[in-house]
Amino acid sequence: MKTTKMWTFVLCLASAFGVSSALAQTDPIRIGLPVPLTGPYGAEAKDQVRNAELAVKEFNEAGGLNGRLAELLVRDDKLNPGEAANRALDLIDKDKVNFIVGGLSASTQLSTNNVTKQRKVIYISISQSDAINEAADMSRYTFHEALNPHMTTQAVGRHVFKKGMRIAFLTSDYAYGHEMARGFTRVAEEVGAEIVGEIRHPLGTSDYSVFLPRLAAMRPDVLVFNNFGRDNHVSIQQAGQFGLKDKMQFVTPVLLYTARQAAGAEAYEGVLGASSYYWELQSQFDTAKNLNDMYKKEYDGYPSDYGALAYGAVKSLLMAVKEAGTTDTEKVVDALESLKYDTYKGPEYYRKCDHQAVQSVLIIESKKAPADNPDDIFRIVDVVAPTEDILRSCEELGFK
Amino acid sequence: MNTQTRTMTIDQSKAPSILETIRRHRVLATIVFLAALPWLTPNYSVASHILIFGLYALGYNLIFGYMGMLSFGHSAFLGVGAYAAGILIAQHSVTWWLAIPAAIIISALAALAIGALAIRTRGIYFAMVTLALSQCVYFIIYQMPASGGENGLRGVNVSEINLFGLNIDVLNPINKYYFFFCFVALALWIISRILASPFGHAIRAIRENETRTRACGFNVENTKLITFVLSGAFCGLAGALYGINLSSVAIETLHYETSGLVVMICLLGGMGTFFGPIVGALLFLLIQDVFSLWTEHWQLYVGAIFIFFVLFFPKGVWGTILEKLHVN
Amino acid sequence: MDAFMLQLLGLQLFTGLALGAIYVLMAVGLSLIFGMLTVVNFAHGAFFMVGAYVGYFLYQYFPNFWVCLIAVPLLTGVVGIVVERYLVRPLYGRGIDYPLLLTFGLGYVMVEVVRIIFGKQGLPVGTPDALQGAVNLFVGPFPLYRLFVIAVTVLVLLALWLFIERTSFGLIIRAGARDPMIVRVLGVDISRIWLIVFAIGTGIAGLAGYLSAPLQGIAPEMGTNVLIVAFVVTVVGGMGSLSGAIVAGLLVGIVESMAAFLYPEAAKVSMFIIMALVLLIRPMGLFGRAGLMS
Repeated sequence: MKTTKMWTFVLCLASAFGVSSALAQTDPIRIGLPVPLTGPYGAEAKDQVRNAELAVKEFNEAGGLNGRLAELLVRDDKLNPGEAANRALDLIDKDKVNFIVGGLSASTQLSTNNVTKQRKVIYISISQSDAINEAADMSRYTFHEALNPHMTTQAVGRHVFKKGMRIAFLTSDYAYGHEMARGFTRVAEEVGAEIVGEIRHPLGTSDYSVFLPRLAAMRPDVLVFNNFGRDNHVSIQQAGQFGLKDKMQFVTPVLLYTARQAAGAEAYEGVLGASSYYWELQSQFDTAKNLNDMYKKEYDGYPSDYGALAYGAVKSLLMAVKEAGTTDTEKVVDALESLKYDTYKGPEYYRKCDHQAVQSVLIIESKKAPADNPDDIFRIVDVVAPTEDILRSCEELGFK
Repeated sequence: MNTQTRTMTIDQSKAPSILETIRRHRVLATIVFLAALPWLTPNYSVASHILIFGLYALGYNLIFGYMGMLSFGHSAFLGVGAYAAGILIAQHSVTWWLAIPAAIIISALAALAIGALAIRTRGIYFAMVTLALSQCVYFIIYQMPASGGENGLRGVNVSEINLFGLNIDVLNPINKYYFFFCFVALALWIISRILASPFGHAIRAIRENETRTRACGFNVENTKLITFVLSGAFCGLAGALYGINLSSVAIETLHYETSGLVVMICLLGGMGTFFGPIVGALLFLLIQDVFSLWTEHWQLYVGAIFIFFVLFFPKGVWGTILEKLHVN
Repeated sequence: MDAFMLQLLGLQLFTGLALGAIYVLMAVGLSLIFGMLTVVNFAHGAFFMVGAYVGYFLYQYFPNFWVCLIAVPLLTGVVGIVVERYLVRPLYGRGIDYPLLLTFGLGYVMVEVVRIIFGKQGLPVGTPDALQGAVNLFVGPFPLYRLFVIAVTVLVLLALWLFIERTSFGLIIRAGARDPMIVRVLGVDISRIWLIVFAIGTGIAGLAGYLSAPLQGIAPEMGTNVLIVAFVVTVVGGMGSLSGAIVAGLLVGIVESMAAFLYPEAAKVSMFIIMALVLLIRPMGLFGRAGLMS
């Protein structure tokens, strides 16, 4: 009897919880932020939360939308697409969010997008994916603030590849890896470089010793690491240990700020890659300085590349809301489509057919940080100005 | 495995208590509980999630709780059901009332194939064979271009259903819940009929003492295989509903972690009991939901609660509740 | 096949051996624990991770690779002792599921505790200076550190073999694996034996974690992948059989290495295929004894 009573009590409490949180509405502008707080990208996700909060704070301190303030609802999607879809459903059905920003892997952003587009909720994705630009997944309500593999590879490839060069790939066997490899292959063909071989490894491999001897045997001039995060830093570290770094140039499409911090200077020394943001951009753009200063006031260090994406996405979203004068989805979509913005890295805009943010791509090289500035871990080699050149054409993506 | 020994005193003079009535009409009681579930949980999304995983666990419980075989590969059936229904709906525009039964049949076939190979092993080896075979299924589906691989299968959009001339918007969470509820209630009833039949008794007999059951003339291998197939079919149904619920199917559905999850849910709730798997699903998902909203270190608390339950509620939550109630 | 291909194959074989070495260490620990306590230790991967982190932590106070090499398995073993005494032992007699579940939950808890203390991100670990560089084997340049890992594994296995086959304590362990009831009847305190066996098993796992740290850095999730491989290896070899764990570990390591050479996408699923095949032909594993399960 006691136990039945106890459980009934617990269930009642739980439902009371639900009711009370529903009553606590004051009609703010609600932005859902599902990010993988647990899992291998927890550090990146946390930085995204921090940066998004900065954008919200900035908006609110400027008065909001005629007094209506913005509110961030952070959720943990556990880097699991099923969980991400559940969080999106929750945010829409229960929390009644106006917009959703988030997603740190291709699969989670695609599954979130699938939910939001059915229910006509604006979703701005802040991590890399080629698929989300394509006609099958994209919708009027889908926006992509981050870079995509195609843009990244075109930018890096054109910088590094020269005619006659021998290029080898170490590709992570999932969508991200394939998309990067495909992009690089395209540039190589255009430039006249030769792809001497590609080796695919399973996602999450911690021991690359089975792949490295074969890569060495190909004798490439450039070794491209088409993988991400931990896979990226472990494979680069081990390739260095195998002695490959002396024989070829290490290149990776996304040189992740947090991965470089985790792996240390030695592993990444001399590696070339791309990024959407590096704090040093402040010497070129005031908006970058603005973000860095805001960040430094609240937290230690500088915003990471993925963190800054969250800032940019939330800020541009709120700018569009202000422009439209309402949170009505259709009007905000129109505003976003016509928005020209410079949130933190220079001028950007969303391309009409696929809502991809046309933005600059930074080519950076890893270096050892000087003792007085431990955050100075990259050198900006080049900034590829925003251009639709490095995007796939609308026709190629399936749009008529 | 655990045997639940109950001593019941049948007191003819007393009128049957409420609990007795509930126990006798357990299917009805469960259905009533599930019908009321959306109003008990913090939000409707969790209720649908619990419903679907409850069905998954119920299907699994046939093999695990009632037959006593620990399978570590049941995510294969959840996944096959989800992908089958998903591919039919997303890529071939098949309607739901064809896609869902098709998914059930396809998962039953998968269960037949895996079961035929696995049944000859026992104990921990059975668990490992099922694990290995389900990982092979994972690999096969991953490589299939139709599945979308790592990106998952998107576009499983069932937004409106036409029933008896009515247009029901299934994007509405409450409607969606009751849509799934109809399937789950039917499945519950069928499981109950199976368990009450002589076949159901044979299943339990095998769990208690396989040699003796064989000596009594039952074909143990066939019974095991049929139960495995049935279990696979119910899990396939759960999978189809899962895909429709999220409008997409993630490749993680086939991962061994999803297999592990259903084992945990059944054990937490009380295997070998009818209502236990649903209690397990309710508890586990609710706890995970509540905790991950509250702290980023939710895994610590979920793990700790788990350990607590394993140490102090050996028959699972519902099993222990039943035990305590009978003592009273 | 020209000489170059042969050389590549040879190199791949050696890489497989190095890969297998870590798998063997993990499987041996798992097999020991299962053989003696009939406990399926789902937290074994977490102990692997704990060993790596304990090593990292210790290194900051005693920056000597060799000192830590000795200390890490001992300290991890201590953690194992605490776990066995207070969490696993109360579940004795309840069947195979409960310690399995408990260790499953424990794994979550241990990973999260490490996350809280050391952060979510991985930490870099360098190779000790003495072991850097490559050695020129007849098949080509092979990293010295990996050879070292193979050597350590061989030493540990030798020590374990001597311990189990040649000491009286080892005799008790073998007897306990065969029939714990009789051993108790003979007056031996079986619970102390279990404690020590669990400590040894987890200590070896911690050592494996410490050894693999320079290869891949350390991260709170590093144990999860290794755990599933360890299980496959243990089951393929036969649960409770040490020679089985060794043979199966090397087999899985080499097959994975070769699969990566020929059909990379299947490298990770290759071990499951092996497991399925072995279990279907020999349901108790290569060296397992029928009857040593639930």
